[in-house]
Amino acid sequence: MQDNSPFFDEMLAAEDAAREPYADYHSWFSGEDMGELRKKATEAETFFRRTGITFNVYGAAEADERLIPFDIVPRIISAREWARLTRGIEQRVRAINAFLHDIYHRQEILRAGRVPVELIARNDAFLPQMIGVAPPGGVYTHIVGIDLVRTDENEFFVLEDNARTPSGVSYMLENRETMLQMFPELFTRIKVQPVQDYPVNLRRSLAASAPANCSADGTVAVLTPGIHNSAYYEHAFLADQMGVELVEGHDLRITDGKVAMRTTEGYKPIDVLYRRVDDDFLDPMNFNPESQLGVPGIMDIYRAGGITIANAPGTGIADDKAIYSYMPDIVEFYTGEKAILKNVPTWRCSEPEALSYVLDNLTELVVKEVHGSGGYGMLVGPAASKKDIAAFRKKLQARPGNYIAQPTLALSTVPILTKAGLAPRHVDLRPFVQVRPDGCTITPGGLTRVALKKGSLVVNSSQGGGTKDTWVLEE
Amino acid sequence: MLGKTAGGLFWMFRYLERSENTARLIEAGFRIALTRPDGADDEWASVLQTAAVAGAYRERHGEVDGAKAVDFLLRDSANASSVLSAIAAARQNARMVRTALTREVWEAVNDTYMILKEELARPVRTRDLPEKLAMVRQQSALVRGALHGTMLRNDIFDFCRLGTFLERADNTARILDVKYYVLLPSISQIGSSLDNVQWETILRSVAGQRAYRWLNKGESSPMGIADFLIFDGRMPRSLRFASMKIGTNLAYLEKAYGMRHPCHDQVEVLTTRLDTMTIERVFDDGLHEFITDFLADIARLGGQIERDYRFLG
Repeated sequence: MQDNSPFFDEMLAAEDAAREPYADYHSWFSGEDMGELRKKATEAETFFRRTGITFNVYGAAEADERLIPFDIVPRIISAREWARLTRGIEQRVRAINAFLHDIYHRQEILRAGRVPVELIARNDAFLPQMIGVAPPGGVYTHIVGIDLVRTDENEFFVLEDNARTPSGVSYMLENRETMLQMFPELFTRIKVQPVQDYPVNLRRSLAASAPANCSADGTVAVLTPGIHNSAYYEHAFLADQMGVELVEGHDLRITDGKVAMRTTEGYKPIDVLYRRVDDDFLDPMNFNPESQLGVPGIMDIYRAGGITIANAPGTGIADDKAIYSYMPDIVEFYTGEKAILKNVPTWRCSEPEALSYVLDNLTELVVKEVHGSGGYGMLVGPAASKKDIAAFRKKLQARPGNYIAQPTLALSTVPILTKAGLAPRHVDLRPFVQVRPDGCTITPGGLTRVALKKGSLVVNSSQGGGTKDTWVLEE
Repeated sequence: MLGKTAGGLFWMFRYLERSENTARLIEAGFRIALTRPDGADDEWASVLQTAAVAGAYRERHGEVDGAKAVDFLLRDSANASSVLSAIAAARQNARMVRTALTREVWEAVNDTYMILKEELARPVRTRDLPEKLAMVRQQSALVRGALHGTMLRNDIFDFCRLGTFLERADNTARILDVKYYVLLPSISQIGSSLDNVQWETILRSVAGQRAYRWLNKGESSPMGIADFLIFDGRMPRSLRFASMKIGTNLAYLEKAYGMRHPCHDQVEVLTTRLDTMTIERVFDDGLHEFITDFLADIARLGGQIERDYRFLG
């Protein structure tokens, strides 16, 4: 299929020779009728639309709800590969929580000079309101998504940590549900580790981080910005699967030192709020005064130990792009071990040597704004014109501290089903981690995002990316 | 349960009920237009009035015209009570209360919305109308079936049912309100074919023509029809049946929450009146006045339920 491809394909080592984790799937696939499979793919879309697994697009009235395309070829990871990944993820998540605690308390890592002070002090993601606050159970990031990419048999990199409100877990669950419905026989042939426990575990792990003055039944609720939010489906899905209420800011008020929700029987206190609202909108009295989405005064209740907010406010300082390049140091500083998962090599343009390297190699590199997101202010060297590069060079020279640079990674591919049969497409992987006071649980698999356009490295759903079911095989 | 969720369920089922009832009204109007072409425009005017959209229709189209009336009632997005608007509103509420619904109920509502949006995307040709209207009825039955077959019988279910029966009581009362004059003895001539058609329409618009014939050996009388629609506790669209159901669902809530509210007293007054009144007395006191009072009571009860269970802030 792609003997001469410069990219590592996770299914096919050579024409019709599947890599070991894909061996059973590939032999099943080879016996299937392509027409039938394509029909299944259409069925999958109908299934998603019926279930309402959609994301909202702002401003477009008619096409209000869109589907994220789903590809029926699974992404498969062996038990051995997964074991290695989980060790690395677990270590990284432990370090992130230790870092957050430190940065909002004694700031040892700054004193030790391992992370520059100005990186924290001048960072919008750092919330002074969190200084000295002890989150219930000591957990800052109850839910973490670690974005991983692969470039070779044994080369995995962390592309990004998501320590604020990582999304996409509903797709992980629904993708599996869809595959189980469409290909039941496949799951009897191949033993895949289940993901369905995620919501039950999430409720347990959230309840385990309840505050000290928790009510008897430990009430958990999910806070959504509302029906028009792009991830509303996921918010409703998670609340439903956990069996907890889905609340909006206007359902909540503060009574007797607790945040309480308006029920048919009066106001009922909430102990743990899994919020899918950004820090800035959480509390108009403490943050953005214009916010209609939050609860006035919730931060005061939080600081007084009356509620658990998951994830804690201010966790964004741990997944900031500027901090990212320090993650190997951060892991080592708090765990005393070398980081198991690699970072993508990153040049900090604030450092003169790095800057001169970056300026010499702009055509090869991806240059990102430290505080930018969603691809704004970014230069993808190999794809940019001479004019773009020249313009970017000026910006970079004017404010080098504002940029980091990374090599263009040769992301691995997994085949998707196209009209012409299997075709390789680039993928990434977001495993989801639940953190409790006594440890963490990593759901085997995660969300595989796939760039559907040939050659594209962009997997974002807003840019035409799709998803795949992700299988971690049993031992 | 969140007050907002209770409100969402209540309105979701009110809108579903409304869409089904509007479809039945169109069916009844269409039937008259086929069988008595010269009376058709009057009939459409009365259908629009029953659906409480006569004013909105006039603003949009002016003179009453069969095709325009059907379009306005069936699929006009400018008409918030059109079948399609009501289905869209029901589905919007369903999305809001998604966590309270079983997957099957949600899928039934979502399917209904997607199917009807597609089927009613363009004006419906006369010859396709019966099929499209049947589709609306079938989809309503599907949602109802999913509700009954898969939902827990708890407060969530009660709020769904309250929405259904409050809307139904209102809709049946409206049909009587608009048509009461054909049921009055002074106007109706025994055996006059015009009135027979009118009575038939009333029964058709509540899907009761066949049941009524069985119960009355095929004989119709204005008082009999009024009795059937107001007092017959076996008839699922009668005022008495709908009020009883509102009463029992409110009683379930009272028991589940261990809390009695003003709405419980209100519904008790309402059901007691229907239990003790007779059709003869209603006709003596004035059918129109009775219906007007009933509509006001139902509206007040809806508002009281909304306050008692904190639908809004």
